[in-house]
Parts: sequence; structure tokens; C-alpha cells
Amino acid sequence: MPKIVVEIMPKADLLDPQGKAVNNSLHRKGNARIVNVRVGKRIELHFDSEITDADLFEAREIAEQFLSNDVIEDVVDVRVEA
Amino acid sequence: MKIGVVTFPGTLDDRDAARAVRLAGGSVVNLWHADANLHKVDAVVLPGGFSYGDYLRCGAIAAQAPVTQAIVKAAEGGLPVLGICNGFQVLVEAHLLPGGLIRNSQGRFICKDQALRVESVSTPWTNGFSQDEIIRIPLKNGEGGYIASASDLERIEGEGLVTFRYVEGNPNGSINDIAGLRNARGNVVGLMPHPEHAVEPGFGPDMDGTMRSGIDGLRFFTSVLNGLVNA
Repeated sequence: MPKIVVEIMPKADLLDPQGKAVNNSLHRKGNARIVNVRVGKRIELHFDSEITDADLFEAREIAEQFLSNDVIEDVVDVRVEA
Repeated sequence: MKIGVVTFPGTLDDRDAARAVRLAGGSVVNLWHADANLHKVDAVVLPGGFSYGDYLRCGAIAAQAPVTQAIVKAAEGGLPVLGICNGFQVLVEAHLLPGGLIRNSQGRFICKDQALRVESVSTPWTNGFSQDEIIRIPLKNGEGGYIASASDLERIEGEGLVTFRYVEGNPNGSINDIAGLRNARGNVVGLMPHPEHAVEPGFGPDMDGTMRSGIDGLRFFTSVLNGLVNA
């Protein structure tokens, strides 16, 4: 099924409590190589026919205006996946 | 005077808000998320809770609901709107107020009686307070940290839109201790703490050695009702 994948991350300068908790847990398990973890979102928009340029354009708008909030998040990628 | 109280799936404090309106002397119209008809109410309260399970972002899905779209239009025409806690989150997601709300800085849900300074009394929801009056009402949320872009913050402070500021310590990392805001016109007010839980002696915050006597929240509702009567 063709789909558009939207990836959203909390803004780099904002505290990411989820990422911090995961990072702390990794350190407790003894992983010293990973110095930081940030947790974002992957959202899939599914289509039942081939995705057009217009679909992708609209998906970018949806990603910017509804799926993310530009005060606190960045849309890092909007792409078609087979 | 009819005050609409909105219920989304996941709203928790709609009945408390309705009770506060009645105790203040108003009548309540229950507004349902899927119904774009505001039933000729004179003002609207968006209560707290976890609308749509806080899915996507707090308030984001509720901001798209038919009733919210109707409220946005009516607010642009001057309808008094009060957003409490999740209702405040809905107002920022609906772009009626600037900025956003993120997880509390210490990462925990907070439930406590909170002191606030009322910094703007030129709104229908705060005209019964005196300028810089200190009030005490409950605060209970996990994502109450207010943030705004540098340019929005400059405008908010420059235009005096900060309506409530946390005092006696910042509980959640909100920028500039901001607890609540109004829009430029003043008819739309949003805040994280809960006035509707401080409206009846015996059930409010502890005040000056008297247990649970705090009713500072009641004046939000008497303010709007008095304003409507005098309008």
C-alpha cells in the first residue's frame, strides 16, 4: 500500500523528557557510547492508489499545520514510501 | 445569561465548570464537540481534561472539532471564551492565543494549590479582580509549561497580554512565569490553573489558615456574568 511518511521531532533547544528518560535507562544498563536520545514521531498516511505530487504537497501542508506544532516541533521529513 | 460549557471526548472538568457557572448565578448550555451550533450562548468555557486522549498533541485534535471551529469564528466577533488547562491547550492549538504548552520541566504531573498574580483585569473573565491581586486556585496538569517564540513573547509582554503569572515559585518551567494569557481584544483568556475548582467554601484551596475556604475562582464566572448584564 503506497504511503507518505511524516517524521516530526521536538525542537532541538527544547527539553525532551521522553528522550532523557530513555537515555538515562540506557546508561543504567551500562551503555556509555550513546550520549543523548531524542524521541520524535513517525506518522504514516496510507493511500489506496498511486501517490501524486499533489498528494505529497497536501501531506506537507497537513504535516506543517496539523500533525506538528511549529512552536514546539519541527517536521524533519515528508516522503513517499512504497 | 447563558454560558456554554464544551464537552469533547475525554473532557473531565465540564461538570465542575457548569457547577461554577451556576454558583455564580448563570445558566449553563452544554455544548457537544461534534455540534457546530453554539445555541446563542453569551460566553463559552473550554474545560480541562484530556480531550481525545491528548493524542497527537494536547488540544490538537479538539482544535479541529466542529464546535471549536464555531467558537473560533465567534471569538473573532468578540464572544467571551475561557480556556482552562486542556481548554487553554485547545486555544493555542486553534491559534486563538499565541505560543504552546509542553511537558512540565521536572517531568511530573503537578496537583497543588497555586498562587497567581492577576496582571490584566481588562477582560470579561477578570474584571472582578483588582490589578496585581494575588489569588489562589488549584493547578493540576502534566503539560503546563508555557513557551512562545522570541518574537511572540516580545509581543505578549509588550502588549500586556499576560493575564496571570505564577508567584511563590514557578511550578512547571513556564517562560516568564506565564500561567495565563489573553488575546489583544481581551475576550479570549486561557490559563493552566483551574478556577472552577475554587468556587465553594469547603471545597477550595486552603487560605490563610482556614482549610479549603478558597473561592477566588468564582470571580472568573461572576466577572463574565456581570459584564454581560452591564453590556
